[in-house]
Amino acid sequence: MSKHILMKENFEKLDQFIVMQKDKKGALIPVLNEAQKIFGCVPIEVQKKISEGLNISLAEIYGVVTFYAQFSLVPKGEYTIGVCLGTACYVKGSQKILDRIKKEINVEVGKTSPDGKYTLEATRCIGACGLAPVITINEDVYGRLVEGDVPEILKKYE
Amino acid sequence: MEIFRSHVLICGGTGCTSSGSQTLIETFHKELEKNDLTNEVKVVKTGCFGLCEAGPIVIVYPEGAFYSHVKIEDVKRITEEHLLKGRIVKELLFKEAIEEDKIRSINEVDFYKKQKRVALKNCGVINPEEIKEYIAFDGYKALGKALTEMTREEVIDEVKKSGLRGRGGGGFPTGLKWEFTYKAKGDQKYVVCNADEGDPGAFMDRSVLEGDPHAVIEAMVIAGYAIGANQGYIYVRAEYPIAVHRLEIAINQAREYGLLGKNIFDKGFDFDLEIRLGAGAFVCGEETALLNSIEGKRGMPRPRPPFPANKGLWGKPTMLNNVETYANITKIILNGSDWFAGMGTEKSKGTKVFALGGKINNTGLVEIPMGTTLREVIYEIGGGIPNGRAFKAVQTGGPSGGCITADHLDTPIDYDNLIALGSMMGSGGMIVMDEDNCMVDIARFFLDFTVDESCGKCPPCRIGTKRMLEILNKITSGNGEMKDLDRLEKLAKNIKASALCGLGQTAPNPVLSTLRYFRHEYEAHVTEKRCPAGVCKELLAYTIDSELCKKCGICAGKCPTSCIDGVKGKEVYKIDTEKCIKCGACMEACPFNAIDKK
Repeated sequence: MSKHILMKENFEKLDQFIVMQKDKKGALIPVLNEAQKIFGCVPIEVQKKISEGLNISLAEIYGVVTFYAQFSLVPKGEYTIGVCLGTACYVKGSQKILDRIKKEINVEVGKTSPDGKYTLEATRCIGACGLAPVITINEDVYGRLVEGDVPEILKKYE
Repeated sequence: MEIFRSHVLICGGTGCTSSGSQTLIETFHKELEKNDLTNEVKVVKTGCFGLCEAGPIVIVYPEGAFYSHVKIEDVKRITEEHLLKGRIVKELLFKEAIEEDKIRSINEVDFYKKQKRVALKNCGVINPEEIKEYIAFDGYKALGKALTEMTREEVIDEVKKSGLRGRGGGGFPTGLKWEFTYKAKGDQKYVVCNADEGDPGAFMDRSVLEGDPHAVIEAMVIAGYAIGANQGYIYVRAEYPIAVHRLEIAINQAREYGLLGKNIFDKGFDFDLEIRLGAGAFVCGEETALLNSIEGKRGMPRPRPPFPANKGLWGKPTMLNNVETYANITKIILNGSDWFAGMGTEKSKGTKVFALGGKINNTGLVEIPMGTTLREVIYEIGGGIPNGRAFKAVQTGGPSGGCITADHLDTPIDYDNLIALGSMMGSGGMIVMDEDNCMVDIARFFLDFTVDESCGKCPPCRIGTKRMLEILNKITSGNGEMKDLDRLEKLAKNIKASALCGLGQTAPNPVLSTLRYFRHEYEAHVTEKRCPAGVCKELLAYTIDSELCKKCGICAGKCPTSCIDGVKGKEVYKIDTEKCIKCGACMEACPFNAIDKK
């Protein structure tokens, strides 16, 4: 998988973006955001490239990458399932939904299934509190859920 | 100019978009075309209307007809009946929009009646992606007034006199902040907008950015003029893609119109804006951590003083305000400080937006004058608690705030009253809880959040909150001792007194306030090993009521561990509590509600 994403084409895209941002103040986080978008993660090879491009030490970059939840060191699964654990969803039982999904796909929170199919995340409030409890699967949003809805929804992403 | 006889406003906020409003818009366009109405009826994608519970929402003007939970198949009917034939489709209206035979327009519905929209004035009214609509609603008039009729000092004075306080949570007087940054010495100053809304369950800032992005941009230009800055940054959560997109559009439009850039209003004043995306760290809502993040560093707070007003972004004087604070500025400049100060209580002026959520009928965004009581918000605007359950508490201020009980529902909402009750205004999350919510579990939930989001810089927060969470986990799993409650309190007080930033200093609040008002629930967990609300899994025991059991055996069929025994049709079923894994499958399956957990 990692070989697949670290292709020349992606590095070229990253290079172009670095050139654009290089002279801006505080360019590191915008560059990391873009890298996360291009590669789907920010592994050490990508960090090295950014380190050279922006002339920032690799240690500092690693520090920033690991600080923010948005950046991941390993690729995410084909489907990222986010269960909202914002307060509004939590008081309406999103923990139960999360537990059920965990059981159904057999993946721990924050982890990706060995086949690279699912990544399970407990997300912070996504702001769709009117639909609580809410889950997102990639771009799709499912709201007003009860535990029993879970298997049916997951079937669409097999 | 094109004149339309009807306008169809469709909510394009995150809530309604999640329930399919974009497809509704496309369907309306198709239906209008089919009925040859495109020259008569205009479809407008607006920002959030606030009543997210009823989404997706469609409002048809001039009648103000309020359609709720609109489905794709309803579009055809609304188009053919209402837009073509002029007959409002009553069955599709919001439930409260029909009173006997009279149709109430959106402004007459209880949810909106008590509200006073200042910060949210244009949300759900204009198309946020069209600067002309903003200008038509007095947009950039305040900037014109400030630049052409007022001195910098007069602008600051107006903000000071208005009594506006920071809407991000702290409640610091905004005018003073402006004055400090104005007086700070420096060749370069910055204006920053804190749009890193991380408080779980609060989404007012997102709504403003999605529904009225120009209001924030305009206010930031005014702020730049007042304090002497020519560069601004909007730091916004990457998790808000719609807001980011609309801000980008708005900034580009403002540049095209010469409202950002060089020599604005020919007054020789330059100002430009840049968006910076947050990368998922709650602590970046803290102002000094946010500045570090803009600088491209780990988002860890800096000790204060020096305050950002003197030493902020890249060491330069910097003024930070929150989105909702900025959204009030243009109205204060246009209508005057007296108008603004005429709303609210003695020490808290104006209005405040709350994100009402949890166990409440009308989930959504409400903007009310300060001084409105919690009871009015929850029962009159919010429509009370669903499913006939009893109100237990309302949580304000998110992970920094606390819970308020039924005894205090008549408290007028303002900064100081909420603090006196052991909670705080925070950014405006208001989560209602009913008898099915366990307060110890809620405290544990918030601590879990702060432990996860603690940046790790100072030991009281990094180590202290972790220890508190461990104690709470111990209690909710049935291993608590009475000593633990004292330990919790002691730790909480120490952390509050010694943590570096606002996140750590307020992290113990959810525990302290639940200990204050719901100590009996903690005690039940500790001494009786019982969760009164039936939430804490490890303390639950599932039992079958032998009188209610109809011997159908459905529960036994659902049990994953086969721990339910009985004989179908002959003998009542029983759960072997030793083997039971407390999954709740039996309770969900029982058609006669014969299974209880306590």
